[in-house]
Amino acid sequence: MVKGLAVTLSNLMRKPFTTSYPEQRIRQHPRFRGEEFTWYEERCTGCASCAKYCPLGIIKIVTSPSETAPLQGDKYRLETFDIELQRCMFCGLCVEACPYDALFMGSGFEEGQYKRTDLVITIDRLRQAEKNPSTWFRPQLEGMDYRPGEGRPLGWREVGRENWRWHQHEKAGMRLAAGRDDSEGEA
Amino acid sequence: MRCVSNAEGMLSADGVLGGNPLFYFIYNAVAHIAPCWLSYLISGLVIMLILINAVLLGAAVVSWGERRLLGRFQNRVGPNRWGPFGAFQPIADLAKLITKEDIVPYGADKLAFTAVPIIMVAAVLLGTAVLPFAKDVALVDLNVGVLFVLAVSSLTSIAIFTAGWASNNRYALFGAGRAVAVLLSYEVPVVLSLLGVVMVAGSMSLGDIVAAQAVPFFLVQPLAFFVFIAGMSAELNRTPFDVAEAESEIIAGYHTEYSGIKFALIQAAEFGGVLVVSGLIATLFLAGWAGPAADWLGWLWFLIKVFIGIFLFVWIRSTYPRLRLDQIMAVCWKFLMPLSIINLVAVVLEVFFLRDANGSLSTADLWIMAGINIVLAGGSILFFGRFIKEKVRTEAPTAAATNQVVPGVSTIGMR
Amino acid sequence: MTIRTEPMTVNVGPQHPSTHGVFRVRITFDGEDIVEVEPVLGYLHRGSEKLAEERNYVQVVTLTDRLDYTSSMINNQAYCLAVEQLLGIEPPPRGKYLRTLAAELQRIASHLIAVGFFVQELGAFGTPLMYTFRSRERILDLFEMLCGARVTVSYMRPGGVFADTPADFWPALEQFLEDFEGELEEIENLLLSNEILMVRTRGVSPLPADVAINCSVSGPVLRASGVNWDWRKMAPYDAYDQVEFDIPVGQNGDNYDRFWVRMQEVRQSLRIVRQCVAQIEPGPVRQELPLVLRAAPGAEAYGRVEASKGELGFFLVSDGGVSPYRCKIRSPSLINLTITEHLLLGWKLADMIVSLGSVDINMGEVDR
Repeated sequence: MVKGLAVTLSNLMRKPFTTSYPEQRIRQHPRFRGEEFTWYEERCTGCASCAKYCPLGIIKIVTSPSETAPLQGDKYRLETFDIELQRCMFCGLCVEACPYDALFMGSGFEEGQYKRTDLVITIDRLRQAEKNPSTWFRPQLEGMDYRPGEGRPLGWREVGRENWRWHQHEKAGMRLAAGRDDSEGEA
Repeated sequence: MRCVSNAEGMLSADGVLGGNPLFYFIYNAVAHIAPCWLSYLISGLVIMLILINAVLLGAAVVSWGERRLLGRFQNRVGPNRWGPFGAFQPIADLAKLITKEDIVPYGADKLAFTAVPIIMVAAVLLGTAVLPFAKDVALVDLNVGVLFVLAVSSLTSIAIFTAGWASNNRYALFGAGRAVAVLLSYEVPVVLSLLGVVMVAGSMSLGDIVAAQAVPFFLVQPLAFFVFIAGMSAELNRTPFDVAEAESEIIAGYHTEYSGIKFALIQAAEFGGVLVVSGLIATLFLAGWAGPAADWLGWLWFLIKVFIGIFLFVWIRSTYPRLRLDQIMAVCWKFLMPLSIINLVAVVLEVFFLRDANGSLSTADLWIMAGINIVLAGGSILFFGRFIKEKVRTEAPTAAATNQVVPGVSTIGMR
Repeated sequence: MTIRTEPMTVNVGPQHPSTHGVFRVRITFDGEDIVEVEPVLGYLHRGSEKLAEERNYVQVVTLTDRLDYTSSMINNQAYCLAVEQLLGIEPPPRGKYLRTLAAELQRIASHLIAVGFFVQELGAFGTPLMYTFRSRERILDLFEMLCGARVTVSYMRPGGVFADTPADFWPALEQFLEDFEGELEEIENLLLSNEILMVRTRGVSPLPADVAINCSVSGPVLRASGVNWDWRKMAPYDAYDQVEFDIPVGQNGDNYDRFWVRMQEVRQSLRIVRQCVAQIEPGPVRQELPLVLRAAPGAEAYGRVEASKGELGFFLVSDGGVSPYRCKIRSPSLINLTITEHLLLGWKLADMIVSLGSVDINMGEVDR
């Protein structure tokens, strides 16, 4: 019994293990699967793999034929890309299913809202959101010493896997070529 | 009618509030403009008001301190949101509880249900009446102070039983039944342990007991100290004797149904109880306000000793699991009772042989008693500890170091 | 003289503070003694088995996280083993080791919870619970590095694990193993020799081995009754045939033995984790498979693991489609609950909570 008293006393002298949350934050690991999905429109082909692979079916994608499609391999124009966050369980299977590295998990975890409808991430929100992709299921991000949510958003050009040799054989990059043309045009 | 001149005579005659400097100050100030019975009443009420507020504030500080300390014992931070180190947390708690709905459950005896928190707080406040906070600073230094404290502290058991019965809740009934059993049993060793203290001090007045402690009584009577702390943790429903409100078994015991301001009062009574009992421990065993400096610093020593008592309670609470009801009874009757009787017999013999002609004990005598009693305490705790440990002593199960694939058949015979 | 007493029926749960979730027991007390027990289940039923029939083989992994949310890794492992048997595939060695590692870390975390709550129910005011949770937090941090989530991990996939470890995982694991040694010692000092804990748990609610076997009990509860039975030894899966460990076996099957077996298993799991760290070699972690898997029509498979609470099994039947035709979950908590009556009858109110805690049920798994 005395041993137990000694244990608790020694813990009294120790620094607390917990932190005071809103002031002191523990950094999440870059792989953290959180809210604030990051979506790169330049990379998305509208294939809806994510919508099909979502176990809950909470991703809604509506597309229409793109005007510029035949020229640049860009077949679809996205009209709707809704993620119903209130039902999302952050399993990350949508990210796993995306063949074009267009969808990423985010790093946030504090998105409380008063209304359920406010929790639906629409395509406009996805477009405007700051791009802080999580490195979950995206090994190409892990080597680059990048931590999401630390003031360095990543552009769509940085997040791809196309410079990986094994990836050249994959289908990814269809739209990429078109994107490259676009940017050259702008430049 | 001016009676300032005869005030001293009158006050010392009835002894109530006698020797309290604050009382004299207020009395003299008021007596210039009011008749003496009124000034007596006014100064008495003022002091009571001060005391009641001090105790309730003290209860708030205890609740904060306990949560804070428990947090650190458990490697956490504890309440830290409002004020320096979260010190205003009790105020926030109180504000929350007062604004909560005050529910009286269906089928409850409303009168009894409402009376319980009041009785509990009153019992605690009455207990503080005789505590000497510093030299000559007590609301009243009764000549039967110890008896008064014991009588008042058992009021709580009535309140708890009423709460359990009036709540119309079965968990509350369980808690009440347990509480009454525990409280009644533990009165006995506590009273027996205090008898020794009274005997050595030669008085039941708490002020005299403090004055008699040339050697603090926790050294002179370690057994009584031990029994008193154990018994008081049982009376306060604190671990390891907190069966009455065992939150993992019977939700909250007798105060399951209480909410709002009633719950706040019950909590205040509980934490105030810790304060009062710590004050009693300080007074009876740690030599109260006596300390190595001027007498007017007495309150500081008293507060430090009270804090030691509170710390002890919190420490025990943070470490030990709870005993079962029957085991608590066994601890009481098989362990604490013999210990307190041994203490009583030893003290009787020692006082009989060591006292001088006029029946008092010198400091040297007290040291001799301390030496004898510490040895006696160690021996008897070990000896009687064996009786309650007897159930425990079996061989620890051993790890079967098989580390191989056992054939997939039923293996009843293997054990 | 006998005093006539009246039995009192108390409804413990589903919102009782210490019934491990929404578990309800209607208990008739005679004074403090239990004379009748009637467990009521089903408050957390989510239809996991039916949901599994409408999802493809990979998506079901996310459902298994939510069965026993204190040991999601092991649930993933059991399901993935079942799918691998169904498809006749096998993960690469590194994947096997990573799975074993993760499962053993999860077993430590789960046992820490069990022990912490067990002592909490004995009435210790949170201290052991906080100490065990302190270590569990570290394990969950490791899981966050592995797979981005702390509780609902979805780490394993049929054919391995979803991805390789990040670079900072291994130093963090080393650090954890180093610190955990001291923390575990602290917990053992606080609990294992505590007289009050012994008085409360020794000889209380003993479960004889024959009753345990007849009730089909498994896991630490069975081993505490003295039966040497552990699927990690009986039918080694993943990398368990590559590592050495002992099986702690109790004697009396009382509450203390169940508690003790868990404490010892934490040590053994630690041993397994160390061996995995030493033996693991670089390589692929996941067999290349199409996103949507299909099994042969009529194929059946039963994948089982020794979960932290007992034998967890997934029985899958395929009709050739993309999702299982039937998915039956043999959850240890549910079957361990069959001994409720045996454990509680004749004991006291205070022992009831402790005995239920010593079985370590998890309602997410009981009701599925």
